[in-house]
Amino acid sequence: MEKIKSYIETMGWPRIIIALFLLSMYVIAPFVGLNLGTSLSDTLIRFGMNAVLVLSLMPMIYSGTGLNFGLPLGVEAGLIGAVISVEMGLTGVLGFWGAIIMAVPFAFIFGWGYSQILNRVKGGEMMIATYVGFSSVAIMCIMWLILPFKSQDMIWAYGGSGLRTTISIENYWQGALNKIFPMADKIPFGEIIFFGFLAFLMWGFFKTKSGLAMKAVGANPKFALATGVNIDKVRTKSVIMSTMLAAIGIIVYQQSFGFIQLYLAPFYMAFPAIAAILIGGASVNKATVINVMVGTFLFQGILTMTPSVINNLVKTDMSETLRIIISNGMILYALTRKGGKKNGK
Amino acid sequence: MSELLLKIENLSKSFGENQVLKDINISINKGEIIGLVGENGAGKSTLMKTIFGMPVIRETGGYGGSIKFEGKEIDFKSPFDALEAGIGMVHQEFSLIPGFEATENIVLNRESTKNSFLEILFGERIKKLDSLEMEARAGIAVGHLGVKMDPKTIIKEMPVAHKQFTEIAREIERENTKLLVLDEPTAVLTESEAEILLQTMKRLANEGISIVFITHRLNEIMKISDKVVVLRDGILIKEVETKKTSAHEITEWMIGRSFSESEIIKKVTENKEILLKLDKLWVDMPGETVKKLDLKIYKGEILGIGGMAGQGKLGIANGIMGLYTTGGKLTFKGKNLELNKPKLPLENGVFLVSEDRKGVGLLLDGTIEDNIAYPAIQIKNEFVKRYMGGLIEWVDKKDVEKNALKYIKKLEIRCISSKQTAGELSGGNQQKVCMAKAFTMRPELLMVSEPTRGIDVGAKKLVLETLREYNEKYGTTIIITSSELEELRGISDRIAIITEGKVAGILPPEADIIKFGELMVGIGGTDGKN
Amino acid sequence: MENKGKKILINNIVPIVILIMIVMAIPISGLSRGYLVQEMVSRLSRNSFLVLSLIIPVVAGMGLNFGIVLGAMAGQLGLIFITDWRIAGMEGIGLAILISLPIAILLGILGGYILNKAKGREMITSIIMGFFINGVYQLVVLYGMGNIIPMTNKKIILSRGYGIRNAIDLKNIRQVLDKSIVLKVGQFTVPFLTILIVGALCLFIVWFRKTKLGQDMRAIGQDMEIAKSAGIAVERTRILSIVISTVLASIGQIIFLQNIGTMNTYNSHEQIGMFSIAAILIGGATATKASIPNALGGIILFHLMFVISPRAGKELVGSAQIGEFFRVFISYGVIALALVLHQWRREQENKSERKKIMDMQLSGGEK
Repeated sequence: MEKIKSYIETMGWPRIIIALFLLSMYVIAPFVGLNLGTSLSDTLIRFGMNAVLVLSLMPMIYSGTGLNFGLPLGVEAGLIGAVISVEMGLTGVLGFWGAIIMAVPFAFIFGWGYSQILNRVKGGEMMIATYVGFSSVAIMCIMWLILPFKSQDMIWAYGGSGLRTTISIENYWQGALNKIFPMADKIPFGEIIFFGFLAFLMWGFFKTKSGLAMKAVGANPKFALATGVNIDKVRTKSVIMSTMLAAIGIIVYQQSFGFIQLYLAPFYMAFPAIAAILIGGASVNKATVINVMVGTFLFQGILTMTPSVINNLVKTDMSETLRIIISNGMILYALTRKGGKKNGK
Repeated sequence: MSELLLKIENLSKSFGENQVLKDINISINKGEIIGLVGENGAGKSTLMKTIFGMPVIRETGGYGGSIKFEGKEIDFKSPFDALEAGIGMVHQEFSLIPGFEATENIVLNRESTKNSFLEILFGERIKKLDSLEMEARAGIAVGHLGVKMDPKTIIKEMPVAHKQFTEIAREIERENTKLLVLDEPTAVLTESEAEILLQTMKRLANEGISIVFITHRLNEIMKISDKVVVLRDGILIKEVETKKTSAHEITEWMIGRSFSESEIIKKVTENKEILLKLDKLWVDMPGETVKKLDLKIYKGEILGIGGMAGQGKLGIANGIMGLYTTGGKLTFKGKNLELNKPKLPLENGVFLVSEDRKGVGLLLDGTIEDNIAYPAIQIKNEFVKRYMGGLIEWVDKKDVEKNALKYIKKLEIRCISSKQTAGELSGGNQQKVCMAKAFTMRPELLMVSEPTRGIDVGAKKLVLETLREYNEKYGTTIIITSSELEELRGISDRIAIITEGKVAGILPPEADIIKFGELMVGIGGTDGKN
Repeated sequence: MENKGKKILINNIVPIVILIMIVMAIPISGLSRGYLVQEMVSRLSRNSFLVLSLIIPVVAGMGLNFGIVLGAMAGQLGLIFITDWRIAGMEGIGLAILISLPIAILLGILGGYILNKAKGREMITSIIMGFFINGVYQLVVLYGMGNIIPMTNKKIILSRGYGIRNAIDLKNIRQVLDKSIVLKVGQFTVPFLTILIVGALCLFIVWFRKTKLGQDMRAIGQDMEIAKSAGIAVERTRILSIVISTVLASIGQIIFLQNIGTMNTYNSHEQIGMFSIAAILIGGATATKASIPNALGGIILFHLMFVISPRAGKELVGSAQIGEFFRVFISYGVIALALVLHQWRREQENKSERKKIMDMQLSGGEK
């Protein structure tokens, strides 16, 4: 009995409720006319789409810089890389990697600038990150209009200037990761392996000297200071890492989705990712790869399952509303927990 | 005239197995000023917490004996009850709202209000403040103190002394304050300001308010108190009329104890080479400020640093390591060592085992072996395998484990394995992990602050012995800062006593214990130019 | 003298920078002074109540209350009901306020309770709280109304039979407050009653600060621990500040919507939090200090920018779209800038405080 109790405490009631909720969705599915296999496969596909974005939150959480509400900044860097890749006419795997290679330098610069701001506002990072994220989306909106792209697949037809809101990459690098694997439309092996690769790199990083220093800065800044660690430098590194991973994450997302979405699309992207990692068990200053995987799966599972099931059950489409309630409810729960030695606004 | 206000009978208090107060008996009459003195850990603050009804006392099993206030047994469930009954306390840290005027602080939560019909609908707090009356009340309170101060001044723009007076004004403004406890009120005042405060206290006492005056400045006690109460190790050593005793006698009572079993090994230091020189060092460590201190540390010696709590001894090592804003000059091995850069002393072979074991010394969620290896990894790149031309610095877990096992054996660290979380260990074993961390760095100068605080006797012995071993075998220079004088006397070659942020004097360990006491309370001693 | 000037500059850097930008942009935009003044008058009258509702939580140390969105939702629920019951004119406004009052109070208590559990993170928590309650609002309005909650007016229900339409025409109460007493000042029309109501709120805020409750909030806003040890009921008072703010926001949203005349059921309240906070920040407020001039001045500056940027963008770059995006960028950028400056300034203040104390200790403590 004691063991079960302590297990529940570590898991936390909300997580258990969500897991049970998702399980019940899978159970109900066949009874309302949904194919269980399709449902599972849908969930897996969405997992593949989003996992890297959720993974990108880890470095900043470890270094104590908080939940990265400024994720849109990294996404914008990824979008730049993506449109350059299409502009250059790159296709297939080359297109995919081309986008990443183009995006990384932008992500580095953006991340560096972002970190300079965050280092000056220790304790209030999350608020400011949110608005830096929003501002960056707005500025990039202007950029999409005035940057001199020429590709016919991207600019407005009928002689408009500026890029379209949604750009199809069906003919470029959609599905590039999964193509070489069987069951590409059922189980996204390519994306899962790619995620696994990045997760492995992340795990490896935290076994190096810098990774250890980063963990210390987040866990106990006084300890880190007393060990001669340069706290600002470590935080900067973590912010750059998170931004770069976010850039890569959106490119993975796009190659799965098949579209590049510009303008206001990245606006609210931080929130589902943050909700996912929190559902997976992370907190404001502690996150593991397991949190990322479990959280992404549960979150995307609910997002795919709930609308389908409830739609068929109640004959109503409540998906959007339920998604808002669940994802924000999770974040709210995490923010109101005690713990987290640093107070963040 | 001598009406009994507070009578404490057979008061005792234990925290777990540790008995902090034993059978205390004190009587305080109306209008009396009692000077309360004692070393660190003598029981002063616990005594005050008990009288004041602090929740921590109840939560840890309450107290034995009785406390009668105005003839009635007290049963305070919180400080508010004590305030209600007429006991006020002015702590060392100011409890003032910085953006408010003195007036607003003086009447905080007891403001005068004008009646309003809205009260019926929305409750008491909707009433408008009566600023004129509040100002009048504040004026009276300040007037009582005999101090010239404009109650309209905003706290953050006030000089420190005025803040102190505002605090006291707040306590006496309460209608029925009968007993006032002042905890080190003159600590932040200049001599002239302290003088004004002492006069104020005398005036209040003459009006019938009893005062308990906690301080280490014996000259002040001699000046204004009626009675002196000396605590030592939780026992009431003496309750005596001030006019019948002297500062010297009080010091004796405060410090005097029989010699413990620890032998004092005198080492012959022939090598008088200076390893570290502190010039006009100042350190902004809240609660342990160091003010323009001069000190020389010789190579190969064990220097003990002692002194009463809050007098600055803990600030020295922290300042050297750059953990708090520091100024002045630091010369290490003949070369100037830049201040406020924690990496530099670490890189140059200086290491500090902090007094804040859990806050600064350990990553509570980390493993024992990781904790031990940390600084060595970050500063000296030890336990690290470099790949790809230094791009990847992989931590060699095997090496880290080996190192940890070495110290687990040597220091007898009781744990399940080297991978156990540091937070799960007992205090003594946590301290051993911190020591292991220090030894792994093989520093030239090792500083340990409060090394045996809160650890069991066996661990204590081991820690001190290991320090001595490193000093004798490897010639490591050691600075040991401790509140326990006996500990310092048992291991140091010289002992410096820090009072009011400066070196009050340096004594050999076998010096008469009274002399140490005198330095601690600010009698005698030079400005420590040794 | 020079130092004082510098201090004023630094303290008000945000409004000054924005003012400069606006002054440069007005001639470019080609908008007439008259037009701008009239716009500002009507925008002031319809937005002030909402922005002013932000002040009290700041005083109580709760930071910028993005949770006024909750109050806006309460106000909208009131308007939905009176539209459903076809109640017009002043009675409509009055009834809407009456209905939304208990909802706003409840939401305020909930909001205050949640924020108490997130001490130190109030602002980001209130943003998420706004999103969350928005979801619940959707649940009620989009699925519950016409369903579990009986509605009579078919005109505002979606074609599927339940759920409120995306846009509701508030013709029953349109401009009821604004048009009731109108003042003509030169060429300008001033909605006098509305302005009076705003004025009343200003007086209320001034008066409130001088009550015991206001004083308690001021104390808590500066130092929660000291307030607590003085016996002030910190938790309750904090919740009260949010309740007051939420109630004021619900009334403010009703005033806002009666001016606009149409309610975007699912969107009107969303931007309100953002715009109101951007306005008060542009007016020079910070997360710990907000005053009536900040609110009113900020509204003028923010809305001038709002109106001018698209036009200026069009004239300058040939694209109103760019002007639009630029306006969005400035709105958010200003909030980020104000927050960063504020935090940075606080650190500087703390540092210089400590230095002052240290200096005094070093020199004065000589015996």
